[in-house]
Amino acid sequence: MRVVSTRDDAGIKELESESIFVMREVAAQFERPVLLFSGGKDSILMVHLARKAFHPAPVPFTLVHVDTGHNFPETIEFRDRLVAEVGATLHVGSVQASIDAGRVKEEDGPNPSRNGLQTVTLLDTLVELKADVALGGGRRDEEKARAKERFFSHRDRFGQWDPKNQRPEIWNLFNGRRAPGEHFRAFPLSNWTEMDVWRYIADEGIAMPSLYFSHRRKVVERDGVLLAESEFNQLLDDEAWEERTVRFRTIGDATCTGAVESTASSLEEIIAEVAAARETERGGRSDDKRSEAAMEDRKRQGYF
Amino acid sequence: MDLLRFSTAGSVDDGKSTLIGRLLYDTKSIFEDQLEAVESASKQRGEGYVNLALLTDGLRAEREQNITIDVAYRYFATPRRKFIIADTPGHVQYTRNMVTGASTAQLAIILVDARKGVLTQSKRHAFISSLLGIPHVVVAVNKMDLVDWSEDRFFEIESDFADFARKLGIEDLTFIPMSALLGDNVVDPSDNMPWYRGTTLLHHLEHVHLGGYRNAVDFRFPVQYVIRPDQDYRAYAGRVASGSIRPGEDILVLPSRQRTTVASIESYGGALERASAGESVSITTTEELDISRGDMIVRPMNLPTADAELDATICWTSEEPMRPGVQYWMRHTTRETKAFISRIVYRIDVDTLHRTDIEQFELNDIGRVQLTAAAPIFFDRYERNRETGAFILVDPHTNATVAAGMIRGAVQSVEDLPGAAIEERPTSPDVVWESWNVELPEREARNAHRASIIWFTGLSGSGKSSIARELERRLFDKGRQTMLLDGDQVRHGLNGDLGFSAEDRTENIRRVGELASLFFRQGSIVLCTFVSPFRADRARARSLVPDGRFVEVFVDTPLEECEKRDVKGLYARARRGEIANMTGITSPYEAPEEPEVRLDTVGRPVDEVVSELMVRLRDLGLDL
Ligand SMILES: Nc1nc2c(ncn2[C@@H]2O[C@H](COP(=O)(O)OP(=O)(O)O)[C@@H](O)[C@H]2O)c(=O)[nH]1
Repeated sequence: MRVVSTRDDAGIKELESESIFVMREVAAQFERPVLLFSGGKDSILMVHLARKAFHPAPVPFTLVHVDTGHNFPETIEFRDRLVAEVGATLHVGSVQASIDAGRVKEEDGPNPSRNGLQTVTLLDTLVELKADVALGGGRRDEEKARAKERFFSHRDRFGQWDPKNQRPEIWNLFNGRRAPGEHFRAFPLSNWTEMDVWRYIADEGIAMPSLYFSHRRKVVERDGVLLAESEFNQLLDDEAWEERTVRFRTIGDATCTGAVESTASSLEEIIAEVAAARETERGGRSDDKRSEAAMEDRKRQGYF
Repeated sequence: MDLLRFSTAGSVDDGKSTLIGRLLYDTKSIFEDQLEAVESASKQRGEGYVNLALLTDGLRAEREQNITIDVAYRYFATPRRKFIIADTPGHVQYTRNMVTGASTAQLAIILVDARKGVLTQSKRHAFISSLLGIPHVVVAVNKMDLVDWSEDRFFEIESDFADFARKLGIEDLTFIPMSALLGDNVVDPSDNMPWYRGTTLLHHLEHVHLGGYRNAVDFRFPVQYVIRPDQDYRAYAGRVASGSIRPGEDILVLPSRQRTTVASIESYGGALERASAGESVSITTTEELDISRGDMIVRPMNLPTADAELDATICWTSEEPMRPGVQYWMRHTTRETKAFISRIVYRIDVDTLHRTDIEQFELNDIGRVQLTAAAPIFFDRYERNRETGAFILVDPHTNATVAAGMIRGAVQSVEDLPGAAIEERPTSPDVVWESWNVELPEREARNAHRASIIWFTGLSGSGKSSIARELERRLFDKGRQTMLLDGDQVRHGLNGDLGFSAEDRTENIRRVGELASLFFRQGSIVLCTFVSPFRADRARARSLVPDGRFVEVFVDTPLEECEKRDVKGLYARARRGEIANMTGITSPYEAPEEPEVRLDTVGRPVDEVVSELMVRLRDLGLDL
């Protein structure tokens, strides 16, 4: 597949302008904005766009990483390097700390996922920082419930989303008015697709963590998902680690983010792979497989 | 590769979800895991086929009830274009969601079930599309398989729909017969309808012309955010709403009306040569001005209308009805101000387009209102500029977005000329008054300022002309449409047949009064410099335009001073008896008793007098 440069791509330029517009609107309408930083490509793109939006001034958002403790070491290394380069403030909200404080309870079973637990830590962190808005890298093309998201998405005092009762978002006149204790989620990348993201990353030369590129890694296949060897993933009785050539399409909690078999070792190859892909990027995530409305249910509670 | 945003609307079961599923499926925009999920869901629901509609209805309640409630966005791309679909519900109780989806769309697809034909709902969808200014409308005549692919049926629907659409002024209307279920004419051409000569839906979407969606003429830059890393650097960030600008161009900042020049257009990747509609940039200026969020940067020669009294069409988007007198937050471009609805003009029945009187707006009501804002806002008519003509209202207590509004213009403070004034004027036999073809508000909207007559009266040599000339020059340079009518000029030609007797003087002023009112009707700020010594004559001129639009400026220079100046040597000649009827010498001057402005000119430079005059005219409410 020929990789077309995005430089003369009116569509992507429009998305870039739209995202920058949303970020500036957030900075103007809110007092204590934070940017949720997972270490994945979408949040790296968010940081990149935020730098563009406020250049030459520094990014006016505190970066918040909700850390499940189940990380790939590459993610943390990359995160710290980027934070230093941007000169941003990083605040880490720890799921382990929430567990230790008895705010949440670890799931039972052999491979507890902390994905669902993140919600409590996230909301606690927002309260702690008195954040009135959290910028997220969510995209509408990712998942059905996300397709209903607004750019400015209201959260009640319990951090909950009421998808059936959203403020209409008309033209690009965003209404960020809120009562004390309420907050907003803002999604500047709403209209980007996975393909847009990769093409833009390639064109802008944005550095990406090595996990996205093909490498050899020990994995185990479970329920159609390739889980990576790590201290957090225990083998079940009849399972065994096997080394395969893989890469990750999303980066999240190591216990539920699956790898895909791939030889794509450059951005161009990744783009070609995405173009030919027959599975969504979230297809590799066991957390979404739990029910038809898994994402909607989590989002209602206050998830990313 | 460019981007097309389109909306889809249809009544329940017209096949909208199936159509979108078909578009996604046939353009290979659906992933296997999504398809698997839909297959298993279809099976669970006991459906014998893969229900493509399940791909799109995202919310649990929607899947349960099998309807679309909220706007959902879908994405797909072909090698030619990227597409964003705003999938909107069709029920009347979700009109606000349709408005939301339509607000950013460049094209609307309206589904019609071939068996049912054009329903009330289809008309509503067309009306909302036209109201929100969507330039292209496609009528997808679906389920053609159920009417035996009938050519007659298709053309019957086409002609029904076109009749209605003509009233709405939809610019570009296309009809496509299809079967979303079987795929005919969606992505692949149909073999079942050889009589159809047009293109498939996808082909149309890929090729429809996108220019003209954004206003490329009027440069408008609402300042969104001030970037200020340190004391020495200041840039004004925002997205160009319309038009374009380059470094070095003169700009004017509203509301301060300060003028400066674009020093540079900044972006992360370096300075830009130009910023155009839709682009997020930041602008630096040559002078340091006090510019903040909500200000608007424009070109001095092309200003938006500034007014606090607005005439608008609104759609009520809240469950809570409109409360008269409540001060809502009005969000317009990046500006926020308090506003209340001062008058409900009418409600439009979205199904019949009939206008009805109502007391208040309720959820999904659409109609025309007048609003009063706490401060003037800078706008263009929505029809001309979606970006600067749109606003929302926010409830100050619940923070809900309660209305979407489209500005039609400024409220005319005084309706039209009072009938009496017209009847008093001399009228030729057997003619009937015709209303103006293009009304003043339209002309004013285009000029972006209001018309007025500034009438200078005073003795010969008092300084009327010098002051008026300097004033006109200043106004003209600011982009105002102006006309100066001067005594000496009209006495060449138009009034060349008149002398200086009392009757002729009266006739002179009668004619120039009529002339001034014609220029006024044409939208100009008309400056008249006539001695006009008689009160009654000036009063007649005043009666020709609405109240508040005529300002009398008495250039009150004493006779001795005028005589001393005697620029044209008239006083000397009059004293020598060479001129009869010289005002102040041999003919009376009736000084105005209550002029709006009285000017002292003795010992003052013209510049200074004009500056004072401008301040006072503005205080009087003139739109200079
Ligand atoms: N025969 C036929 N049935 C269709 C067609 N398009 C949709 N349908 C059926 O009409 C019903 C309603 O379709 P759906 O897409 O859910 O309608 P929506 O409510 O407009 O989203 C479903 O049973 C579809 O299978 C078509 O072109 N031909």
